[in-house]
Amino acid sequence: MKAPLRRVAGNQARGPLRAVPHQLPVRYSSSFAQRQGSSHVSFPGAVKSAFTSDMKFALSAENPALPTYRVVDQDGKIVDQSFEQDLSDEEVVRLYKNMLIVSIMDVIMFDSQRQGRLSFYMVSAGEEALSVGSASVLAKEDVVFCQYREQGVFVERGFALGDFMNQLFANKKDPGRGRNMPVHYGSRELNIHTISSPLATQIPQAAGAAYALKMQRVNDPSLPPRVAAVYFGEGAASEGDFHAALNMAATRSCPVIFICRNNGYAISTPTLEQYRGDGIASRGIGYGIDTIRVDGNDIWAVREVTKRAREMALQDGGKPILIEAMSYRVSHHSTSDDSFAYRARVEVEDWKRRDNPLARLRKYMEAKGIWDETKEKESRERIRKDVLKAFSEAEREKKPPIRAMFEDVYEELTPDLISQMRELSQHLDKYPNEYDLGSFEGGKSSLDS
Amino acid sequence: MKASQSLHRLARAATTPSTSRLSKLPILCAHQRSPYSTHPPNARLNLPIDYSTTPLLCHSTDSALDSPELPSHVKNGSTKRMNLFQAINDALATALTQDENVLIFGEDVSFGGVFRCTMKLAESFGSDRVFNTPLTEQGIMGFAIGVAAQGMRPVAEIQFADYVYPAFDQLVNEAAKFRFRDGACGRSAGGMTVRMPCGGVGHGALYHSQSPESLFTHIPGLRVIMPRSPLQAKGLLLAAIRSNDPCIFMEPKILYRAAVEQVPTTVYTLPLSKAEVLKEGSDVTIISYGQPLYICSAAIQRVEEDLGISIELIDLRTLYPWDKETVFRSVQKTGRCIVVHEAMVNAGVGAEVAAAIQENPDTFIRLEAPVQRVAGWSIHTPLLFEKFTVPDVARVYDSIKKVLEY
Repeated sequence: MKAPLRRVAGNQARGPLRAVPHQLPVRYSSSFAQRQGSSHVSFPGAVKSAFTSDMKFALSAENPALPTYRVVDQDGKIVDQSFEQDLSDEEVVRLYKNMLIVSIMDVIMFDSQRQGRLSFYMVSAGEEALSVGSASVLAKEDVVFCQYREQGVFVERGFALGDFMNQLFANKKDPGRGRNMPVHYGSRELNIHTISSPLATQIPQAAGAAYALKMQRVNDPSLPPRVAAVYFGEGAASEGDFHAALNMAATRSCPVIFICRNNGYAISTPTLEQYRGDGIASRGIGYGIDTIRVDGNDIWAVREVTKRAREMALQDGGKPILIEAMSYRVSHHSTSDDSFAYRARVEVEDWKRRDNPLARLRKYMEAKGIWDETKEKESRERIRKDVLKAFSEAEREKKPPIRAMFEDVYEELTPDLISQMRELSQHLDKYPNEYDLGSFEGGKSSLDS
Repeated sequence: MKASQSLHRLARAATTPSTSRLSKLPILCAHQRSPYSTHPPNARLNLPIDYSTTPLLCHSTDSALDSPELPSHVKNGSTKRMNLFQAINDALATALTQDENVLIFGEDVSFGGVFRCTMKLAESFGSDRVFNTPLTEQGIMGFAIGVAAQGMRPVAEIQFADYVYPAFDQLVNEAAKFRFRDGACGRSAGGMTVRMPCGGVGHGALYHSQSPESLFTHIPGLRVIMPRSPLQAKGLLLAAIRSNDPCIFMEPKILYRAAVEQVPTTVYTLPLSKAEVLKEGSDVTIISYGQPLYICSAAIQRVEEDLGISIELIDLRTLYPWDKETVFRSVQKTGRCIVVHEAMVNAGVGAEVAAAIQENPDTFIRLEAPVQRVAGWSIHTPLLFEKFTVPDVARVYDSIKKVLEY
């Protein structure tokens, strides 16, 4: 005989505004009186655990690693026979070109940082399929939180080359108003929150955002169902915020997709020094979160998995899903890093040659007869020109007005900030030659208005 | 992190402990009557604060409705006797009723909260709007920022201000900077309000007594608010929830049950970043906020009787961005200033107020004595010695004499 394991809250008192369709199950400790001869533990903390007289520790090493789902192998051949291309050939080419944009922009911007024309840059070589592929199956209204190595998400959602360049050069067209380091992109229009440097902070925020999306639909059923998607590296998953986020998302049933980019390194730290479990995916299950591991170099697998994750996240009143996408960080961590100080050049070259997300999709397209060497050359040349054009346009723009440094700390300028702005203005009047005022929109005058 | 038993005990005892409880325990000798220090028999200054007579609380409907800050429809309305936790509960219920974007969450808020501030809210507004979170302060804060970033108005609770530190990164690097870094995109965590009980309670020791407000006043982007009374708590909390900047709302837990006054039943807000002159005077300005205002008021009564002088008492209410104008105006008039707070003296709010006073040319030239600070010593709050570190009537009294004798 089974004791009732969960008592689902019935017709509790409802809020005066409107009925709430989804209630979390309530679990009272009083519901679990231990019965004579019971075969299961009836402590409230673990309600489905059978008693055993066989003392056996669960050995982590005995668990086989969770498998990695792939659709297309390294030669571009389909290995999941149930797979059907859900896009027109033109759209496949578009995805490929978006990956190319990320890849070509990376090389140009990395070099321009080396020339000192940019203060900082981070490439995402090796992770183009992961970001472009997952973003391509999210809805436009879905809210996205990034870490910083997801240029492909921005490209796929419609961030133009000019948008990238304006941010990178922190000119007056940069929506971040010249406040953030390069690569800290954001777009309200594209529903991508502005990137911040502290790692993993965006993960619990995504859980909260997802809960808000769910509640907003409760308040206004005419809104489309939406999820939040959040990207982070396997290094960031060691932060406490990762733990907090997964636990909160699970207990509050938030429609959020956690997408971990496991690229093998957190700056110089290899995964063996990052964790000893089976990657990040194995942790999801511990939080009661449905989880999958996917080949991040296979855009088709990433798309299939994310598409399904989105459907699942919206089921049962909303729930979190964890995706661990395996890849390899082909590039240096950033322009401030020389990765050959901690890993062999040959290892990296191997990865580039052996398994590259761009090459894999290219092989797939070539096998379908929708791509060839000429198209490849033309596309690369076209994108290169477009990037350089956006580059030089952005580089020529003026910087934002100096006043921008005081604004948006609060919704409105506080008396303190107004007086500090005046103080700076008077200082600049006294020492005009000590500062480069001309490159800022309006020079010093913006401080006086 | 915290034993729930001790929480409940603190919740119940968040008021002056009663010594007349019936007990089966043997009666102790007179000199060791109570494990709590009440006051010594010959004390003239350090007497228990009598909240039922203090002029800082509105004991009548008329006095509650007298404030020029209240709009006329509130002034014409009724009042109800409430303590601080009831006034906070009233404000939260109002916010939930008025705006479907308001959500309330934190550790143990569902059953009413360990201090009773969220009583009946989950039942009345549904468990999707008022709910428990797992025990993770950084999670609560990150979650709240995400909720606010989508345009809603989360009111998150940190069970004790002493436990806000795991959430510090989210507060400093995320909540406070969200609007600034988003720039022209215009998104922010401004809908967020974080409530936290703070301050000494007589026996809270290291981790149930802290007043970390100055850690927040050092963070651009946050508004830091501390009410002193039920009437104020309702108005300021509603203002904080409606504010488009992230607000830290610190509730002196010793006042939850102790401070009782008439509170307007109608909805009203009180202005943020605006100090309140509680009592006009001409010889010394005392600036404080939260519970120590009652200490100051008692000291003022004594010193005015003893010395025949008059003292101005100012409640900062919002600790950042704070109301410099009101403070400067007062000090320009009196020429003498004392800042009183419970938090330790070093780099506390008093340091900022004192520095700003001497930095302002018009105020500096009117100073007739150095600005004094009466605050906690630069130590952690020790269980047995709280009475010796938290500012009391005797220390404020003596400070007033010192600043006059300078």
